[in-house]
Amino acid sequence: MLDDFMTRATMAGIGVALTSAPLGCFVVWRRMAYFGEATAHAAMLGVALSLALQISIFGGALLVALIMSAVVTQLSGRNYATDTLLGVFAHSALAVGLVIVSLISGVRLDLMAYLFGDILAVSREDLTIIWGGVALIFALIAWRWVPLLITTLNEELAYAKGLNPRREQLILTLSLAITIAISIKVVGILLIAAMLIIPAAAARNFAKTPEAMVIITSIIGVSSAIIGLRGAYIFDTPAGPSIVCVTLVFFVVLSFTKSLIK
Amino acid sequence: MSLITVKNLSLKYNADFVLRKINLKINSGEIVTIVGPNGSGKTSLLKAIIGAVPPSEGYIKLKPKLKIGYIPQRLNFDKTLPITVERFMTLTEKANKSTYMSALQTAGVAGLLKNQMSSLSGGQFQRILLARALLGSPEILILDEATQGLDQPGSAAFYRQIEQVRHNTGCAVLMISHDLHVVMSASDRVVCLNGHVCCEGTPSAVVSKPEYQELFGAGTDGALALYRHVHDHVHEHDNTSG
Repeated sequence: MLDDFMTRATMAGIGVALTSAPLGCFVVWRRMAYFGEATAHAAMLGVALSLALQISIFGGALLVALIMSAVVTQLSGRNYATDTLLGVFAHSALAVGLVIVSLISGVRLDLMAYLFGDILAVSREDLTIIWGGVALIFALIAWRWVPLLITTLNEELAYAKGLNPRREQLILTLSLAITIAISIKVVGILLIAAMLIIPAAAARNFAKTPEAMVIITSIIGVSSAIIGLRGAYIFDTPAGPSIVCVTLVFFVVLSFTKSLIK
Repeated sequence: MSLITVKNLSLKYNADFVLRKINLKINSGEIVTIVGPNGSGKTSLLKAIIGAVPPSEGYIKLKPKLKIGYIPQRLNFDKTLPITVERFMTLTEKANKSTYMSALQTAGVAGLLKNQMSSLSGGQFQRILLARALLGSPEILILDEATQGLDQPGSAAFYRQIEQVRHNTGCAVLMISHDLHVVMSASDRVVCLNGHVCCEGTPSAVVSKPEYQELFGAGTDGALALYRHVHDHVHEHDNTSG
């Protein structure tokens, strides 16, 4: 079954949509949209280093995404606001990454694959990594679900419950870096943030509890992946952007329906 | 023994002392209010007590396994996070339906179960926070400017509720507030803070002290009398400082 490239692409798309669901909700709740996008852009440097050193793209991207978020978390609140630091590091990392890639002969043609994804070229090994990531993130988020929610609501409340908000933040940051690393092949560096933000934003319209919002987000994400891939196949459009377009349709339709009901 | 013992506590942010050599004891069952002008270190003191900031000097000792019910300042519940009152009540404590229903009843907001937290009024919201804090059967309630954003009748009603809760459950209460007149009338003991403890004692003793009048003016004495009728039952505690 996995010999068929469309089947592998669909499995990869579903995996990325599933990991993005809980994280996307936290990104929306904690106003980390720019953080997610900046970390994703920084992953380009990881891709470039992986190509230069001939190591796994997944490993390189994960490492750079982690370093980037650690540095920004450490430096923020001193002389610069977090978004300024993110702007500096994310775009520098993207630029440096692009320059390094251009210096390595023979990979120029592949650049589009990293920026916008190359889901139809997903291999069995890629699938293993993606679904390994799904399992890991689901385990992490399920384990820390309530502490993460309490920390998101109010940090003092978390302290009074004996929790450490910095540790919970670290878990989110780590999960975000893993999600970005496994999403590169599916939607590409430039559109990862879209997969995080748009399904969660669409789900917000009809969610009454945090748990419901994650479930609705998963349904929207998975449906978008399946429909988007089908559409890309039929109309011969790029797969990653097609998936994101379907999430946008969900967002517009659900927001519009919501405003009609009100 | 005391529930909370603060001994020679000093707090520094960067090089500046926010709190200097604070000594404070909270005994079981008493209502203690910390008053002080803006920047006097009230919130820092509470944060140190719940463990959100480490002391620079001195120490804070809590009774072993002390059950704290913490009521934060009005949370910024923005609408990005959907959550019903019912889900919020079971988020921080494992409570079954009859437990959280009775807590909501005690706080006077039993009818709001299915409402979204972000849709509540200020007064309703604070009562939900109170109900949540009551779930763990706390030995002490800690309130950080819990009535910010409420008007004065709303604050007065809220503090009456707090007093009622103490009356019914016997838990101690430690709170800080700007609402001098309202809050002080409901207290057994008032601690006047301005980086250090200026003075402390019963509400009526504190307002007549020169240190207090220097900070807040003598005019509040009349206002206190105005609200004193709220405090219409007798406590058996020793009202001097512990």
